[in-house]
Amino acid sequence: MDAKLEQDIRAEFEPQIRACAHPQELVVHLLRAIQREHGWVPDEGVELAARLLGLQPIQVEEVATFYDKIYRRPVGRRVIHVCDSICCWSRGEQEIRAHLEARLGIRLGETTPDGVFTLLPTCCLGACGRAPAMQVGFRLYGELTPDRVDRILDEERRAAGQGDPP
Amino acid sequence: MSHPQVLFARRRPGQTVSLETYLQEGGYQALGGAVGKQAPAALRKLVLDSGLRGRGGAGFPTGQKWSFFPADAPGPKYLVCNCDEMEPGTYKDRELLVADPHALVEGMALAAYALGVTHGYVFVRYDYEDVFRALERAVAEAHGAGFLGERILGTDFGFELHVHGSAGRYILGEETSLLNGLEGVRPNPRLRPPFPAQRGLFGRPTTVQNVETLCNVPHIALHGAEWFKGLALTPGEAGTKLFGLSGHLNRTECFELPMGVPLREVVEVHGGGVRQGRRFKACLPGGASTPYLTAAHLDVPMDFGNLDRAGSRLGTAGVTVFDERTCMVAATLNLLTFFARESCGWCTPCRDGLPYVCYLLERFERGQAGREELALLKAQPAFINQSFCALAQGAMGPLEGLLRHFEQELLDHVTRGGCPFGGA
Ligand SMILES: Cc1cc2nc3c(=O)[nH]c(=O)nc-3n(C[C@H](O)[C@H](O)[C@H](O)COP(=O)(O)O)c2cc1C
Repeated sequence: MDAKLEQDIRAEFEPQIRACAHPQELVVHLLRAIQREHGWVPDEGVELAARLLGLQPIQVEEVATFYDKIYRRPVGRRVIHVCDSICCWSRGEQEIRAHLEARLGIRLGETTPDGVFTLLPTCCLGACGRAPAMQVGFRLYGELTPDRVDRILDEERRAAGQGDPP
Repeated sequence: MSHPQVLFARRRPGQTVSLETYLQEGGYQALGGAVGKQAPAALRKLVLDSGLRGRGGAGFPTGQKWSFFPADAPGPKYLVCNCDEMEPGTYKDRELLVADPHALVEGMALAAYALGVTHGYVFVRYDYEDVFRALERAVAEAHGAGFLGERILGTDFGFELHVHGSAGRYILGEETSLLNGLEGVRPNPRLRPPFPAQRGLFGRPTTVQNVETLCNVPHIALHGAEWFKGLALTPGEAGTKLFGLSGHLNRTECFELPMGVPLREVVEVHGGGVRQGRRFKACLPGGASTPYLTAAHLDVPMDFGNLDRAGSRLGTAGVTVFDERTCMVAATLNLLTFFARESCGWCTPCRDGLPYVCYLLERFERGQAGREELALLKAQPAFINQSFCALAQGAMGPLEGLLRHFEQELLDHVTRGGCPFGGA
């Protein structure tokens, strides 16, 4: 985490923290902002959040580690969350997951060697009517087929190469 | 078969209703008619009389909940809208909010007025970026037009609404876990009592309601309790219901149907029947935590009372259909794996009991189970139902459904030495 990031986060949050009756309520918001800028939340991010909110680092850490969409370890520039809940399961989730693993050459929980994609399972994405579904960054893709997955991966890889936000 | 549209009346495919359209189509009239003109207690009474029950899964009567709320107590009090929506098979709140976010803003302002509350939060799951953006915009528009903020519509009533973006985990939908999430502490559930109505957010009186529940309030305020009851097809029930269809149907969309619509109509008419011409085998009638219904239940009216009597629950009314080729042991294993993974680990029955159920179900799938495993499986709900919160109790829904309706299928796994459907 560089000094510039810390400055930006301070500039964004210090006014909000001053205006807030219970600053601790901003912790998830703060962690998400650090992750938005840095891709994941390093130890320095936890410590920064603690300093800004007047908490002990452990109080931030026990929040950060609870949520599955706060990444406490390095991830690729695009995190793929592939749904494995019942509606997607009933409409071919296993095939999609196997295809993703084969195409990317990684297993669930891993990152591609070029640092572009991390593949993680997720519970229901609330896209049950468009199953099977996955989310890449904040983009939701439904009605997946192996062909469609290939096109999405190409497009996301290209966008990541251009530095587009996830 | 077309039915009256109330919550979806303003919905247009691919669009989000702006403030301008919302106003043109009758929006904020309910708020205008209530604030400063009607006593808050009268509005609470109206909601009680309407028979509105919570749409978030538990079906608790909303008016009754409001009658326990210390509306006249001094000091801060909170209204929280639960848009965590992570129960597999449930996507109705997303459909509603992406289409018509002002309906929630108006519903929350009315509820806040009725409950004497000045601050509200909408708790939105991480993945609903579309909902988050639609709501932030609606809140800003409503602020600008004087429907939120200080002195709403020129009266003494003020209400501030914040949108909170969460970061994952199904347990956050449990209301006390959600309150911890909003406070920024580790979101394990809290012990009850004290109930949130006494000590909720920041230790203050708090009411947590589902998105769909709150979106019904403006309609009840405008058209009355009798009208609302009259929307249901079955006696003792009230309102419409959003049904999110999924699984092996031809049309997996979200429909607004009258409370009490028969399951057969949901499946055959709105869902377009089971896909590839196959037969209906079973469904989850109300999300992942509701016991299965079978083909013998197709004439059951989909409402709170009738589904209770059929041994299941209306839950969130997310209907997931399974065709004749589905292995119900494998389906149940998928569901239990979800609950086991989403357990927060706080209490032993949930943390250790759910993985054990998965272990037993896997043995059936692999042909490694005998009658002893069946007896063990049957013994689990009695332990696991002792859990600290309702997550693990919900997980027992599909397991109990499996044991009740598909014991023969479990035994077939034993006699055939594996999955008769070629799974695992
Ligand atoms: C594990 C678990 C998850 C839940 N998830 C949700 C949810 O996503 N949305 C919701 O409205 N209620 C959810 N509930 C129910 C809430 O605890 C609470 O009963 C509900 O928000 C009350 O609102 P209502 O009365 O308007 O339904 C969940 C409950 C449990 C035990």
